[in-house]
Amino acid sequence: MDQPSALSPDLIGRESEVVLFELERGAIRKFAEAVQDQTPECLRGDVAPPTFPTTFRITIPGLTYDLARVLHGAQEYRYERPLRAGDRVRCRVRVADVYQRKGRLGEMTFLILVMEGRDESGTSVFTGTTTAILR
Amino acid sequence: MIGPVLPARSDQELDRGSVLPDLRKPPITKVQLVKYAGASGDYNLIHTDDETARSVGLEGVIAHGMLSMAFLGDYLCWLAGPESIRRLSVRFVEMVRPGDTLTCRGRVKEQTTGNAGRQLVLELWAENQRAERVTVGEAEVHLA
Repeated sequence: MDQPSALSPDLIGRESEVVLFELERGAIRKFAEAVQDQTPECLRGDVAPPTFPTTFRITIPGLTYDLARVLHGAQEYRYERPLRAGDRVRCRVRVADVYQRKGRLGEMTFLILVMEGRDESGTSVFTGTTTAILR
Repeated sequence: MIGPVLPARSDQELDRGSVLPDLRKPPITKVQLVKYAGASGDYNLIHTDDETARSVGLEGVIAHGMLSMAFLGDYLCWLAGPESIRRLSVRFVEMVRPGDTLTCRGRVKEQTTGNAGRQLVLELWAENQRAERVTVGEAEVHLA
């Protein structure tokens, strides 16, 4: 097996395609049930729980790493409004930053990914920022 | 207690430093991690397969960090209502394992009142049964 090479700062600015996600009531309910959410609107599948955009999985061409070596360091979501069943959201992810830092576990690579979700009129609905740490 | 909890509270009750009611979640089980993997699309096997987890130096499977963030999202919906959430930011600081019981807690960091209503910045965290903070963060809500 090849050793995964360290991610390079050359990746900064690289973007995914725009991907359309349609929010299905059943998927919202399944997510709410899995996290034992108690919010009635979420359990009914009307409103998506705040972390639901984590289900929007998009890959960025050229960005590969060993999943078992990744730690999720931090996550942020900003919302203009909640996502609801029936929403059609167009999302894109970009590499906002890549940097190395020495930590407890030695040299680590920090990868910052930013996802933007827009409604069909092009208005921003949410922004998700992921900090992944590769050890 | 039926939510949302905060809109009914007075400005004084939501002063900087006010302690929020807590929310204890049921113990995390391996079945929940499998369900969460399916519902979220995070199929990283360190969350569902002990062998894979051990192969990277863990004692066994660990919970998805995002599961603890989802708990804080649930907490926030209960506190403020799902329509009022503007931001949720967290850092994952400790690992969570099956059998752990997380309790969500919080405190008011900032309260501002304007024409659009009240805006609150909340300090939130999830702690385990040993009172260790495993996921810590901050949220912003607008109460109408």
